[in-house]
Amino acid sequence: MASTARSSLPRAIAAHAVLIAYTLIALFPVFVIVINAFKARRDIFNDPLAFPNAESFSLVGFETVTSQGDFLLYFQNSLIVTVVSLACVLLFGAMAAFALSEYRFRGNPLMGLYLALGIMIPIRLGTVAILQMMVASGLVNTLTALILVYTAQGLPLAIFILSEFMRTVSNDLKNAGRVDGLSEYRIFFTLVLPLVRPAMATVAVFTMIPIWNDLWFPLILAPAEATKTVTLGAQVFIGQFVTNWNAVLAALTLAIVPVLILYLIFSRQLIRGITSGAVK
Amino acid sequence: MAATIEHKPPRRWHIAVFLAPAVLVYTAIMIVPLFSTLFQSLFGPVDGERAFVGLRNFQTLFFDPRWAASFWNALYNNFWFFFIHMVVQNPIGVLLAAILSNPNLRLRGFYRTAIFIPTILSFVIVGFAWQLILSPLWGIAPNMLDAIGLRFLFAPWLGQEGAALTTLALVSVWQFVGIPMMLIYAALLSIPDEVIEAAEIDGVTGAKQFFKIQLPLILPTIGIISILTFVGNFNAFDLIYVTQGAQAGPNFSTDILGTLLYRTFFGFQLQQGDVNMGSTIATMMFLIILVGVCIYLFGIQTRMRRYQF
Repeated sequence: MASTARSSLPRAIAAHAVLIAYTLIALFPVFVIVINAFKARRDIFNDPLAFPNAESFSLVGFETVTSQGDFLLYFQNSLIVTVVSLACVLLFGAMAAFALSEYRFRGNPLMGLYLALGIMIPIRLGTVAILQMMVASGLVNTLTALILVYTAQGLPLAIFILSEFMRTVSNDLKNAGRVDGLSEYRIFFTLVLPLVRPAMATVAVFTMIPIWNDLWFPLILAPAEATKTVTLGAQVFIGQFVTNWNAVLAALTLAIVPVLILYLIFSRQLIRGITSGAVK
Repeated sequence: MAATIEHKPPRRWHIAVFLAPAVLVYTAIMIVPLFSTLFQSLFGPVDGERAFVGLRNFQTLFFDPRWAASFWNALYNNFWFFFIHMVVQNPIGVLLAAILSNPNLRLRGFYRTAIFIPTILSFVIVGFAWQLILSPLWGIAPNMLDAIGLRFLFAPWLGQEGAALTTLALVSVWQFVGIPMMLIYAALLSIPDEVIEAAEIDGVTGAKQFFKIQLPLILPTIGIISILTFVGNFNAFDLIYVTQGAQAGPNFSTDILGTLLYRTFFGFQLQQGDVNMGSTIATMMFLIILVGVCIYLFGIQTRMRRYQF
């Protein structure tokens, strides 16, 4: 029961005032970029804070971006890298988490610790040797190199979160499956995996955002035109067209859209995952 | 539970099958390259040949005037970057979470989502958006300050040696404040109602209640946020690279270890790439992060355990 003191009107107004002020700060830069992306060049400078109207509306920036940059290809690359890495992280991560949480075997705690090391130690620190390895195996400038790196990067946290969740899956259910003669693989895929879906969604968001937004590894491992990701493409594009404000703002707007959509799809799961204690 | 497992045949191949893909990828792409990089910091060119040189690269990094100035500058800047995060990000995160955790507040979901949105944007977008807003050319920031009569406060902050790093740290705080907010929010929600009720019966309410009851209980979460921020900051690169370029201008005033590593390893303009010195800097980053994590694990977390439910 909340006390009456906490729900009094002045307090509520103060709370909303603080939150609205901070929401404005949080969204203002995004708002400025998006509204100006739809305006003619002159109006971007004359009145940057006005909404586009019938007179100032213009799509010239988007036309430049779609005709000059290979944005479609970059989107495709980002999408392939993100989706494949995410699938690998979720599948391999869930399998390893199942082994660690389900079976007692010699070295289990040690293996858990070994895999958890990567949560705190950034994979970036091994870049020198990763690049040498990719050069040696001919994987430089391929999406495979990025997928491998992001899979390795996402696994530690995924295993950590998923094994916490799998410990809560009822043993009776799994043992009933064993009595019915299901193999360990069937138990994992048909009984346990569906039950940890909420945790998988949380892991998916945490894994996906850094992959989609990463600049370091695309810059180093796959800077070729054919393998550029959206983040790297936007960065290069901005560098080249720095005076073409229409194009730059349109490119930024295009780069915001996909991650915003992905976030809105998964955000409910993310919040549920955090508040239910997946990440503490 | 254990009984069913003991009835199994001794060779349990499925355990290996379940573990193999993750362990192989993780070991091959993360652990081996990490140690290989650390190892390479012990090598260097001797008479044109690559040879074992012990700790000479570290000696060069710390004391050779050509390297030491950049290294200590980057290290100092990195600590300043982290300091700004700690003193700005955590209080804002706690404040927002405390307000949001009030169960009677309307529109909670909306505020939470809106404040979290910058976190999901890439550094390219964030860096460029703020460059535009703070640019004296476009003039959104100067005109807005003008509107409230504070025009005289405006300066091209990103272009000034004294202000650029702090400005970028604040931009980074702006971007990531959603994470501490969410984690603290979750921690506040997990405090049992009985604890709060007991406090209220004892007459501890309002701000006093927050500082005496809730804050001690969420300290472990603040500890986790601090170490995550520490690791993230000492591994940062993208925001500086996007806004100031690999040279971390103006005049290296925003150079941090990540940008120094990039320039050292890959070379830039007149500077040639150097694998061994790059590895040496990566090793220093590794050691700094390791020390930070150890201080957290052994010094802070163990002492905070007793607060947990």
